Amino acid sequence: MKLRGRILDVACLNRFTRVVTTISKLTKVCVLRLTPDNLFFVLSGKVANGGIGMWCELSQANVFDEYQMEGVSSEDNEICLEVTPENLSRALKTVQSAKAVKVKLTKKHCPCLTIAAELPTMSSTSRVVTHDVPVDIVPRRLWHEFKEPSMPDFHVSVYLPPLKTMKNVVDRMKNLSNFLVMEANLIGEMNLKIETDLVSVTTHFKDLGNPPWGDDASQDGGPSHSREPEAMVQARVDIRKLQQFLMGQQVNPSKAMCNIVHERVVHLILLHEDVSLQYFIPAVA
Amino acid sequence: MPLSTQSQADDEQYVLVASLDNARNLSNILKAIAFKDHAIFSATPNGLKVTVEDSKCLQANAFIQAEIFQEFTIREDSVGFQVNLTVLLDCLNIFGGSTAPGVSTALRMCYKGYGYPLTLFLEEGGVVTVCKINTQEPEEPVDFEFCSTNVTNKVILQSESLKEAFSELDMTSEVLQITMSPSQPYFRFVVKNLKLLSTFGNSGNAHYDYPKDSDMMELFRCDKTQTNRYKMSLLKPSTKALALSCKVSVRTDSRGFLSLQYLVRNDDGQICFVEYFCCPDEEVEE
Repeated sequence: MKLRGRILDVACLNRFTRVVTTISKLTKVCVLRLTPDNLFFVLSGKVANGGIGMWCELSQANVFDEYQMEGVSSEDNEICLEVTPENLSRALKTVQSAKAVKVKLTKKHCPCLTIAAELPTMSSTSRVVTHDVPVDIVPRRLWHEFKEPSMPDFHVSVYLPPLKTMKNVVDRMKNLSNFLVMEANLIGEMNLKIETDLVSVTTHFKDLGNPPWGDDASQDGGPSHSREPEAMVQARVDIRKLQQFLMGQQVNPSKAMCNIVHERVVHLILLHEDVSLQYFIPAVA
Repeated sequence: MPLSTQSQADDEQYVLVASLDNARNLSNILKAIAFKDHAIFSATPNGLKVTVEDSKCLQANAFIQAEIFQEFTIREDSVGFQVNLTVLLDCLNIFGGSTAPGVSTALRMCYKGYGYPLTLFLEEGGVVTVCKINTQEPEEPVDFEFCSTNVTNKVILQSESLKEAFSELDMTSEVLQITMSPSQPYFRFVVKNLKLLSTFGNSGNAHYDYPKDSDMMELFRCDKTQTNRYKMSLLKPSTKALALSCKVSVRTDSRGFLSLQYLVRNDDGQICFVEYFCCPDEEVEE
């Protein structure tokens, strides 16, 4: 296994750092998959994670100017590492002003992702900074757990309202209830609802629009075919999980969508430049 | 705007409808009395009075006149209910309570009467949130029997001067002692920590004097020398009202009961009042 990469473009470095920082706010630990073309940050939807699934994909070429990756074998030409994204984020943040950043897979006292850079100083000499971020190699027999999730058979797909507005509302709702119902319909409406013994609060978003794939994806004569466009599809989720997703967002995505499988799962998709982030929140009874 | 297009028919079922273009004109003043979870709302054609009490020794009232509201319709002489104030404030600030210029949350507050929830319609940037908060039968607020005829001493001060002093006060001390007198020291308050007192005597107590001819003093009417003590823990919530206010009136009556009245200007420069009543602390042997 070998990994050697160099980041020379400061915009690419900034963007990569932002992505890693976002991931670090979503999960403490995740899997980093490196293939010849892409990088993936993955969380598989296991009970241990509270059923949360995450899939973040970016192309290697938009991060690295030089990239040499040799996977576990020629048939399985990829590297799979378990990493604490916050450690990686912290290391990257310290080298933002560097002209070149090297990323290598190394073996110190344990396998590490080593981030190394020369930083300019006031004097003519530069300062070399090296961070060894410990990682765990994920054995091949476990790789099946970290495959790209398939698009769920959703009942409705809708564009999300401005994330900042959603975050403000969800932050307040969290003071009032532990659970929140997300519902949406085929005419671009979405509601966020909480209900307790003390209070019920519903926030109504309108004119959001529905992504074009929404029409073909609800297929196979499921309940959706006979559904009226204004009928709401809903899922009840743990409000902290939705809040965590919203807190993590650092940039306004160019596209933000939500697919809901009635009473099963909320699937959030954010696209920004060439980075895509999918987040799955399971419904609770 | 969605809120104002509610039909006439809907309105007829409500005994109280109060609307504001800027919900902060209500939420800010309620924050100044929000030291307990429950508040008693009392509406009359004059406006809204919100009361919060603590252990029958402290009472805070916020008065928002009908003229402050863009719409204030009441179908009975008096409408009263009790709600969870913490929940109400979370609802009024549902869009995050941003203070960005030009951005405000519009509010329409509606109540159908006994047994019905308090319904709030809030709108910001085209997004509407509807809240229904359960109400309870209102408790009878304590009547402190504080009337102007029994007032022995009264001062009106600009809040600036008190704000500085209160920000320096040690809020962990137990007692605030207020002296009002027609002669020196005129108006003084002393922070007392009773435990320290027994070991160190009077030294180490901070005291603040306001002479009657001070710039900050707008009115000084003290007929007799009075010194009273109040539990600091009871007065602490009043500092929120002080922070919002531009003027404060301090009055004591013959029993030593304290009335603090704060003049508060809202975002639109309109005037509202907040009032705190506090019982004196039992005399303690020094």
